[in-house]
Amino acid sequence: MKKVISANQAVSYAVLAAKAQVIAAYPITPQSSIVEMLSGFCATGALQAKFINVESEHSAMAACISASVMGARTFTATSSQGLALMHELLHYASGLRLPIVMANVNRALASPFNLKADLSDSLSQRDTGWLQFYCESGQEVFDTIIQSYRISEKLLLPVMVNLEGFILSHTYEIVDLPEQSQIDLFLPPAPARECLDVDNPCMFGSTTDYYINFRYKMHQDMEEAKTFCSEIDAEFKKVFGRDYGLVSTYLCEDADLILVTAGTIAGTCRVVADRCRAKGMKVGVLRVRMFRPFPGKQICEPLRKAKKVAVIDRDFSPGCGGIFAQEVKASLQGINCGLPVYEFIAGLGGKDVTDKDIELIIEQTHKMPNRGESTWIGLLK
Amino acid sequence: MDRPAQIKFPIPEEELVYSGHTACPGCGAALAMKYVLKGLGPRTIIVIPPSCMGTIAAGFPFSSLKIPVLRIPFESTAISASGIRAALDVMGKEDIHVLAWAGDGGTFDIGLQALSGSAERNDNIIYVCYDNEGYMNTGIQRSSSTPAGAWTTTTPAPFVKDTPKKDIVRIMAAHNIPYIATASIGYPADLIRKVKKAKEIGGTRFILIFSPCPTGWRYSPEMTIRLAKLGTETGIFPLYEIENGEKYTLSSKRSEKPLRDYFALQGRFRNLTKENLQQFEERVEKEREYLKRLAG
Amino acid sequence: MKKRYSLKSLDTLPITAISFITTEGNETGEWRSQRPILDQEKCNRCGLCWMYCPDNAIHAEGGAFQISYTYCKGCGICAKECPRGAILIEKEER
Repeated sequence: MKKVISANQAVSYAVLAAKAQVIAAYPITPQSSIVEMLSGFCATGALQAKFINVESEHSAMAACISASVMGARTFTATSSQGLALMHELLHYASGLRLPIVMANVNRALASPFNLKADLSDSLSQRDTGWLQFYCESGQEVFDTIIQSYRISEKLLLPVMVNLEGFILSHTYEIVDLPEQSQIDLFLPPAPARECLDVDNPCMFGSTTDYYINFRYKMHQDMEEAKTFCSEIDAEFKKVFGRDYGLVSTYLCEDADLILVTAGTIAGTCRVVADRCRAKGMKVGVLRVRMFRPFPGKQICEPLRKAKKVAVIDRDFSPGCGGIFAQEVKASLQGINCGLPVYEFIAGLGGKDVTDKDIELIIEQTHKMPNRGESTWIGLLK
Repeated sequence: MDRPAQIKFPIPEEELVYSGHTACPGCGAALAMKYVLKGLGPRTIIVIPPSCMGTIAAGFPFSSLKIPVLRIPFESTAISASGIRAALDVMGKEDIHVLAWAGDGGTFDIGLQALSGSAERNDNIIYVCYDNEGYMNTGIQRSSSTPAGAWTTTTPAPFVKDTPKKDIVRIMAAHNIPYIATASIGYPADLIRKVKKAKEIGGTRFILIFSPCPTGWRYSPEMTIRLAKLGTETGIFPLYEIENGEKYTLSSKRSEKPLRDYFALQGRFRNLTKENLQQFEERVEKEREYLKRLAG
Repeated sequence: MKKRYSLKSLDTLPITAISFITTEGNETGEWRSQRPILDQEKCNRCGLCWMYCPDNAIHAEGGAFQISYTYCKGCGICAKECPRGAILIEKEER
């Protein structure tokens, strides 16, 4: 059934369709409408789940962790400061190898306060052992959450689905909500795994000097995730007719310049790429959908034949630059070290990244020598 | 000499703690766990944050408890129990008890926010705080449960703690939860009775257990039970129950021993001044009057 | 306890720290610097020593309480709390 809904509503409908059993969440702008809608589903019985109105995001994730150790399918959603407050528990969830799915509505981190889109919140959680997806539309948000349960329950690793605050979370667009029977076929109840059980007692999560071995197992499964997520995406396409890839490319085959970005900026980039093509400039667009594990091979392959790359980051690591840019450059090591990678910081704190901004980025990439440092777009003069 | 034919077990016989755990000799916390599990029985799931009990429960690949254990972060004891309860409820397994178990640091300090959250929602869990009045696992630092006048490694002599112990029971009583009890390892039968009573009630139940610590309190380990009893006999740790935040029942276990008897046994109070002692006496008297008034 | 795991190799290790062995057999009696001796003649089988032992090192066997020196850490609580004075503490000779 097609509905005109916001991406936050798409999140809630996806969790309803996934039949989550325990949901614990704490409100934060711009995530709050997810919490409101899900608590409504639980109150009316539309979703047979226990909704815990926790007193903080820290407790939200703690509740998901302990419910997940019992074998329940769990969900939470947060944003920015809330995600930062969860930080300790993000490590805990992945370390206990729990299939928790979380939506994070990307928002800038204080201080100063800013409620709008910025990917730095989730990217600063990149080393916590969570898979991370960055979405571009309400439909993709819905579909990625459904996929994420399959992925996390197979790999026993938690998954974070990211959507930009307001730009996606509060924007209404058409989303196709599949029949429940179709969802149930694609996403059956979670396969059996080792859980806490009074009839067979054991302890989870104790102190150990075998630590490095458990980290290695996590690494192995993160590596496997690259293949497995592609397989799930292909299976999803067979059932629902849509797929997204770990990265999505647009006009990259013969492009001289490839714009690399994540999230909603990609759409603007594609419009500008079309305009450039009309003027005879060969511009392509590569959107990174999966950030952890980082699909370096899938990103480098389309870049192989390009002459220049411009990475546009709606995020920023002080003292280093754009985070996607750093990861792309690291992946290019040994594959195409000579490829000039131009780095741009744009749209922090929800600042619009307009077609004019993208045109400026393309112009600068053509005219300027690669300075090897990031160029900031949209600053005051 | 005549011998009784039958052995008497003064408390339930079944042990749910394995031998071979690594508690210090004379550990009060190990006794608290032994008694609480005797009261709750094997169909119990426990969550344990960082604490001495986390260490006593053993490191991987070992476990010293005969029930399922989840080791959880420091701040999240109560909510972790609530999460387990939510999962059990959704799965229709309502006959299993969920036990949140933390020390005073994990309860009075870092875990207080989550505990208040669970209590306000009246989540169906049993929360036990074993109270040894300090961060013993990290090496005897002061917590907000440490009494005034006590030495710890972060309140070094002569700069001993100068504020009184936080009254966690009043804080919990203000949540109007169905059941609160204070108990002591010095009185196992009373402790187990309270656990069994809590077990029969739904909602958030809170039990504070007085658990002397030979290592942190600087006394000889054979004195653990003696000190636990003295705590109550001197009025330092009164035993009582609170139902629904309003019905107070005081234990009859109290005799009027001088506070001096309690302090004299412990090296941590070596720096106690006459003024300290007088303040203690006043506080204990005030508390006694307060509880009497509430009990009616 | 789940016995199908082992520490022998990565493959047999559980996916995370899931404990699968009990502490039974961990001989904490080695810590002992003093040894309680139970005089069965004086003992009235009241069970207080059993009740107050933090290490479950006192157990009932053949109608009497016995001290397990495999686990007894020598804290001395049993001797202190015995109402009959039936438990004496001796220096541990090693």
